[in-house]
Amino acid sequence: MALPDTLLKIRDLRLVIETMQGRFSVLNGVDLEIRESEIVGLVGESGSGKSTLALATIGLIPRPPAKVLEGSRILFKNEDLLGLTENEMEAIRGTGISMIFQEPLTSLNPLFTVGDQLGESVVIALERGREAAPIPGPPMAPGEARPDGKGKTVATTRSRPDDGKKLNKEEVRLRVVAWLRRVGIPDPEHSYTKYPHEMSGGMRQRVMIAMAMEAKPSLMLADEPTSALDVTTQAQILGLIRSLKNEFGTSVLFISHDLAVVAQIADRVAVMYAGMIVEEGAVGEMFESPRHPYTQALLASFPGEQSKDEKLQVIPGSVPSLKDIPPGCPFHPRCLYAMEKCKAARPVPKEVGADHRVACWLY
Amino acid sequence: MALGLDRKELVLNLKILSRDPLYVVGAITSLTFVLTALVVSVFGTGFLPYDPDKINLSVTFLPPSSAHLFGTDNLGRDILSRVIAAAPVDAEIGFVIVGASSLLGIALGSVSGYFGGRVDEVMMRVTDLFLAFPSLVLAVAIAVALGPGINHVIEATFVAWWPIYARLARAGALSLKESQFVNAAKVAGASPFSIIRRHILPNNVSPIVVYATLDIGNAILYASVLSYLGLGAQPPQSEWGSMVYQGQNWLGSAWWVSIIPGVTIFIVALGFNLLGDALRDTLDPRYRR
Repeated sequence: MALPDTLLKIRDLRLVIETMQGRFSVLNGVDLEIRESEIVGLVGESGSGKSTLALATIGLIPRPPAKVLEGSRILFKNEDLLGLTENEMEAIRGTGISMIFQEPLTSLNPLFTVGDQLGESVVIALERGREAAPIPGPPMAPGEARPDGKGKTVATTRSRPDDGKKLNKEEVRLRVVAWLRRVGIPDPEHSYTKYPHEMSGGMRQRVMIAMAMEAKPSLMLADEPTSALDVTTQAQILGLIRSLKNEFGTSVLFISHDLAVVAQIADRVAVMYAGMIVEEGAVGEMFESPRHPYTQALLASFPGEQSKDEKLQVIPGSVPSLKDIPPGCPFHPRCLYAMEKCKAARPVPKEVGADHRVACWLY
Repeated sequence: MALGLDRKELVLNLKILSRDPLYVVGAITSLTFVLTALVVSVFGTGFLPYDPDKINLSVTFLPPSSAHLFGTDNLGRDILSRVIAAAPVDAEIGFVIVGASSLLGIALGSVSGYFGGRVDEVMMRVTDLFLAFPSLVLAVAIAVALGPGINHVIEATFVAWWPIYARLARAGALSLKESQFVNAAKVAGASPFSIIRRHILPNNVSPIVVYATLDIGNAILYASVLSYLGLGAQPPQSEWGSMVYQGQNWLGSAWWVSIIPGVTIFIVALGFNLLGDALRDTLDPRYRR
């Protein structure tokens, strides 16, 4: 079976943060691949480096105090992002890689209407002569009729003004309204004029998704986008991300500490522990036959299968301090199967099945 | 709208604020001051009971009475008329100093705070240079060097005035640049320039507007000090600070000559302070009720 092309390839990414309190090893040799048009779920406990990995990928980690160690590679479309200047990186953000965050309220400027803010990114994308955002597909909001002919007008409008100048205001507005409709915001014409604080968390996250998708990025990093939302809204947002991915072929790195959410949305899963990917594989296989003791323990500690009286399983010990990562396999102090070898040498990722890699000396 | 309030909210806020008599007093005082200044600068001093500059040596040092509400000074000029005639000058002093300082301060501080690093170092060390001088000494030195005159007082005070605003705006920018919406704008591909323009500057404005309002009274007082030292308005032009200065010689015998303009400065400063408090309560979400 031919696998789709690789879009993002992270190789041996090591990142330390040097502060007055000491040197924190946040990422300790991350290897991760994201292919064209797939959703990769990234799971792990708090402090395992998930968000740092995403921020490093999009170049938002301030360096210093963070420092990327020699030999690290973040290859995006075969270009090493770590070697780019800030200006070059700026050109990749938005159209190449975009990102959504956990807290959708603070992700929007309180002083401007959502329409205003979405318009900003439409203009940014077009002003720089990038490929214009395609007008999204049919409306999603139930009972929301597309104003007669209006949607059509946008769809057939030249997607890029020939002189490379700004779209006129009305065109930008129509484009934004189409996007609001696409991400399932009811009454988009009216919502266009709302301020962020007038919207619910779920609606704001939809706005953020529209903002991140407007320039049709190849990769969207989603840092716990549903963690602050209630379960019903969560499901809707997951559905939205999936349908946008299918429509535009955007790959998604979906970060979450919630295994149930990842099981629902991801094509492949990577498990992170102490700044390393310990196991990586297709979602079905990973959840059915996890190989790494950490993944096994993580799945076992997930509530659901136990009877009422049975105690929830926990992983003994706690995540190692980033200042003091144990030598060898970072999980060995908590591992039930730890051997002498685990204390001495860091395990190398090994293929244990079709498209399933695990970094553990047991295999 | 740019301050994060829509019209409905603004009206509601004004209603709530109007229940507090202190805010009403502040608003009325500030408004009276501004209106007086406008009326005098448009229509001149013709409507006043007496010509503010007219010397009449037969009526010197009259105490407050029904003919001269605030009394007369050593040259027999009506103090009420002179106080009113001075309003535009003092309004100009307050608004120009504070306005120019906040514009320069917001611009410099936002850029400095957002970029950080070397840009920040250079800009803030320059600011420190100004802050290191006792500001009054600095202003006096500049005013002396420029020579007496209202415009020179304004310029001198401005030089001593803007660094506080730059510091304030920088502090705002430092916290704003860590905010999630700035990150969100960055990941959407926004340039540093557009982030400063769209996200840092507007969010920086409302705390500075509040501070500036509180500061108008201070600026007038400050410039009065320079006038008091004889660096400001030159006779026969009336200005509150210089009126206090000229009257002090007769403080024992004719207190009204310097006390009345002094009280006027005090009331205007107090009015703007109360108004600034009210504005803060309206604009700062933490105080919103």
